Amino acid sequence: MKVSIPQWMPRVSRRSFIVSSAAVGGGLALGLRLPLGPAVVRAQDGSPEVNAWVVIRPDDTVVIRMARSEMGQGTITGLAQLLAEELECDWGKIVYEYPTPGQSVKRKRIWGDFSTGGSRGIRTSHDYVRMGGATARVMLVQAAANQWGVPASECTAAKSIVTHGPTKRRLSYGKLAEAAAKLEAPKNVKLKDPKEWKVIGKPVARLDTRDKVTGRQVYGFDLKLPGMLVATIKECPVFGGKVKSFDAARVASLRGVKKVLQVGDTAVAVVADTFWQAKVALDQLPVVWDEGPNAKVSQASIMAQLAEGLGAEQAFVGNQAGDAKAALAGAAKRVEATYFYPWLNHVCMEPMNATARYTPDKCEVWVPTQDGEGSFAAVLAASGLPADKCEVYKINLGGGFGRRGAFQDYVTQAVRIAKEMPGIPVKLLWTREEDMVQGRFHPIMQCKLTGGFDAQGNLTGLHMRLSGQSILKEVRPAIVEQQKGRDPLVFQGVADAGEHSFNYNFPNQLIDHAMRQNHVPPGFWRGVNINQNAVFIECFMDELAGAAGKDPVEFRRQFMGKHPRALAVMNAVAERIGWTQPAPAGRHRGIAQMKAFNSFVAAAAEISVQGGNRVKVHRIVAATDCGYAVNPAQIERQVSGSFVYGLSALFMEENTVQNGAIVEKNFDTFNSMRMAQMPQVETIIIQGGGDTWGGIGEPTICVAAPAVLNALYKATGKRIRTVPLKNHGIEMV
Amino acid sequence: MISLDINGKTMNLDVDPNTPLLWAIREHAGLTGTKYGCGIAQCGACTVHIDGLPMRSCSIPVGAVSGRRITTIEGLAQGGKLTKVQQAWIDHEVPQCGYCQAGMIMAVEALLKAKPKPTDADINAAVTNICRCGTFQEVRKAIHAAAKA
Repeated sequence: MKVSIPQWMPRVSRRSFIVSSAAVGGGLALGLRLPLGPAVVRAQDGSPEVNAWVVIRPDDTVVIRMARSEMGQGTITGLAQLLAEELECDWGKIVYEYPTPGQSVKRKRIWGDFSTGGSRGIRTSHDYVRMGGATARVMLVQAAANQWGVPASECTAAKSIVTHGPTKRRLSYGKLAEAAAKLEAPKNVKLKDPKEWKVIGKPVARLDTRDKVTGRQVYGFDLKLPGMLVATIKECPVFGGKVKSFDAARVASLRGVKKVLQVGDTAVAVVADTFWQAKVALDQLPVVWDEGPNAKVSQASIMAQLAEGLGAEQAFVGNQAGDAKAALAGAAKRVEATYFYPWLNHVCMEPMNATARYTPDKCEVWVPTQDGEGSFAAVLAASGLPADKCEVYKINLGGGFGRRGAFQDYVTQAVRIAKEMPGIPVKLLWTREEDMVQGRFHPIMQCKLTGGFDAQGNLTGLHMRLSGQSILKEVRPAIVEQQKGRDPLVFQGVADAGEHSFNYNFPNQLIDHAMRQNHVPPGFWRGVNINQNAVFIECFMDELAGAAGKDPVEFRRQFMGKHPRALAVMNAVAERIGWTQPAPAGRHRGIAQMKAFNSFVAAAAEISVQGGNRVKVHRIVAATDCGYAVNPAQIERQVSGSFVYGLSALFMEENTVQNGAIVEKNFDTFNSMRMAQMPQVETIIIQGGGDTWGGIGEPTICVAAPAVLNALYKATGKRIRTVPLKNHGIEMV
Repeated sequence: MISLDINGKTMNLDVDPNTPLLWAIREHAGLTGTKYGCGIAQCGACTVHIDGLPMRSCSIPVGAVSGRRITTIEGLAQGGKLTKVQQAWIDHEVPQCGYCQAGMIMAVEALLKAKPKPTDADINAAVTNICRCGTFQEVRKAIHAAAKA
């Protein structure tokens, strides 16, 4: 079989970090300001590392190394812009590669956090990435100054060339890298003022487009290794259930089948020459499951459990001011509503997969992962080998959306299978059906909201009671324990402080959570808890505005006085869509806003309804204040893309449980938006600056659904409080 | 042995005739640009051309297309020169994760052959591929740009 290693896969293997002894003690020219470093670290092709972020080849190619994962969101290009800005390198000469988690461990996590989720890729690494570029630039300039015997202060760097001002002598980075790599890294290099940025803030082209239009990009599904076999797997469809027995002999002699095996307590797999052979055999394999007590769980039993939580005495407080219960008890008028948001599978276009090769001396895994270090930890645990005998090679993802970060179940499975066939690389591919039923689902949640008005029609109190699943309780129990049982993340967008804080202040307010867990594993689904919280609070704000006889935008403004950036974002969408003017004939508008992942976001939607149930979303104006916009073109794409994900969920997606198992197994029952349904999305980017950078990949996803629901109410006079809309016979056209 | 004409090349493949064309292309012909997304002809990630028409290769047995002219994403660019659609995809930076884009591009290539200047309605009817990243806004712009190129 042909060996095909993607060109962007790490060229820096363990062997590559050979310390060059020749570098030590090498004599250098006079005027040296930076002392010699310990030694030169080299990439696999022998090119010197100026520092961990920057390798420069003799032909001037700049190889940047980033720990975050590219899954379509453009983070690698944005990070490269940050680095290039300070490095002053030629943008056209940049390529990128991923350091491996194994190397990172050896080098004391020099590249920082690998985890790529929570819209953190750029906003929580911009400082050290820019510093990596700036430090390398200073070293390259110093290397040139040393060679010319002039002060570094007389030299400038631009487009990968250092120029000596007085004599106009020039040297390219490719010629300087070797000497620069021998210098000790300077400390306290000053970063540019944002006003000086030339690459940051520009819609430069992504670094990873071409291979995606020619079919050349190698995804995890496409990986080929010499001697490789392919596996596919079926885990007990009832979560918590186990394998009781299976009849391997029935399929062992089918064409191509190499092994039929149990994986852990819960799954069976077939390994064959090809995926299709493995799948054919697995489909025919008789398996008896011990489904356990969860087989008795139904959708109705879970909905009843959640409904009980809506009125429960005990609840964890997320946001409290004044005395909401007293205010509501004394209110002249009360408005009450109950909302619902379902489980949702991520449905990455590329189903889960991982390739593993195990020997007692080495376990290697190739995997599309949002968290290389998380994958690495899973390899260690599943292989039983120490860190210096494990390695993970990251592959760009065919979608992530939160499924491929905190959860590494497919890695564990691949290693367990490979361990049964030492020395043979085994590529584990999930079918779409397996991917659908073995998800880590958007948490299921109900919410009861109560608002109270005084006799003059002023809102005096609000109680928002969430009842449903906590993700952190299952996935990060230590955080919940620290908080005495509370999950702080459940309050995303309505929290009292932090990166998901509430943009309203009511005279009396209480937002609390009755935690109601169940057997369906919850996960971080693009946006996470802002999806349901935005629907709950932003639809209810429209209900309250209606009760008060006020315009929804005017009504919101009254409570946003302490949140000027949020207000500016909401005003921007209202103005662009022409909120104070009548909508075009037959069209109706709705609005929503929220703060999430440290970005302020708002959307205004314009819809029409045909025949009472066919909804056309014509236009969405979306604004985001993310502090700093690194690549506006990619921000626009993330915003409009987030609406495809968010509106698909609003209209057509829901996972449900029957006899303990997920019912929806493919796109025929879990649909997704198509071209014809795509609204026109207009993105407004506001750069509010400041010390805190906001995220991009997730925040806007949450405002599309409530904006459309609010428009739908205006169109029909009927308030829909449970999603998806398909359950109400409403279709997106 | 099944004889397939893929991208103008005859390939004799030792494959069970019931194997879906998608997996014959990916695992026997070794062309992995064509993607698996659902296996039930819903998502379009596996779209290839059979005698010039866009078809979802996950749901066609390979035995049924012996001798037919099959084109995959790898067969579009000739001598390294991208097609107008591929170039428009780059110019408009359509792909995000990119996984669905081969199928998307194959659907669009077929559309533009049938209707060189498609209307939005033509696009809506012909391009029904799923993209979870949500690239549709750029897809539409790129189709119109390719039609003008």
